Amino acid sequence: MNDHENKVEAEGFSLKLLQGGNPEEFSRLVNMYSSKIYRLAIKMLNQQQDAEDVLQETFIKAYRGLKSFDGRSKLSTWLFRIATNEALMILRRKHPDFLSIDESLETEEGEQEPVQIVDWCCLPENEFLSEETRKLLDAAVQTLPESLRVVFLLRDINDLSTHETAEVLGLSDTAVKTRLSRARLRLREELSVYFGERVNVIREAQRNESIEISSSREEKLFLRSKGEDENE
Amino acid sequence: MNETKKKHEHKDCRKLLGSLSEYVDGELNEELCSVLKQHMEDCEDCKIVVDTLRKTVNIYHMTAETEALPGDIQQRLFKSLNIEEYLE
Repeated sequence: MNDHENKVEAEGFSLKLLQGGNPEEFSRLVNMYSSKIYRLAIKMLNQQQDAEDVLQETFIKAYRGLKSFDGRSKLSTWLFRIATNEALMILRRKHPDFLSIDESLETEEGEQEPVQIVDWCCLPENEFLSEETRKLLDAAVQTLPESLRVVFLLRDINDLSTHETAEVLGLSDTAVKTRLSRARLRLREELSVYFGERVNVIREAQRNESIEISSSREEKLFLRSKGEDENE
Repeated sequence: MNETKKKHEHKDCRKLLGSLSEYVDGELNEELCSVLKQHMEDCEDCKIVVDTLRKTVNIYHMTAETEALPGDIQQRLFKSLNIEEYLE
């Protein structure tokens, strides 16, 4: 077994079977990576039909390309590269003014200075798991320019390493780190606006509750003392 | 304004901004890491930015893990690839 076969083996697949067109092995590959590829596509394109097209096209191209897969990168990295290229192609087709994902952007957009300084980490956990939060998270990702969005999705949503992300996009590791930093800081700003407001709402509710409790306590005391008066 | 705020002029915050993402990943080099930690002792704002940045990343990780491929899309995918019989 050569190095490349070893690498694929380490991911749990047999390169021999895959290249021989074994449908069972190929379907295992599809099962393993289809969720992640769809997640990447839907968050890149924000449109279900386009994302589904990317998903199908990725595996069709992978099936055809497996014979010449050189094993220099991991199978997953290779699949994400095909999927990313498909998604970028759709974006370019829809927005002809779309900028390419290359290094030249590095100097154009610096880190934005943080504006929202609210500590919302203390919010109850269920605040972060609601359907409303999920929508907010997706909407915030959509506000990122594509060059930052794709890096964030590969690194933080699909859990690729810095180096794997760099391989997928043909960027340097440093460029990936810089873009990830900018993407995360922007998302933090977006989330802070919403969760900062939630902190205020909850604090306000707690304040009202404590006023209610204390006023009902006063009421009870009043009634009790009134009752005592009447009993006398 | 208290004593620490008076001393702290926020001129280092801007310089450290680019290190925060690597810091929350635990990948920042030792030297910058200790500079940042020292800085955060006096700078409540940067501490909040770091905490909420870490939380931002965590929430995205947490939510992504729960997102599965919709069943109908999976079915159509397997059909288009001619491997329907292996659909789990």
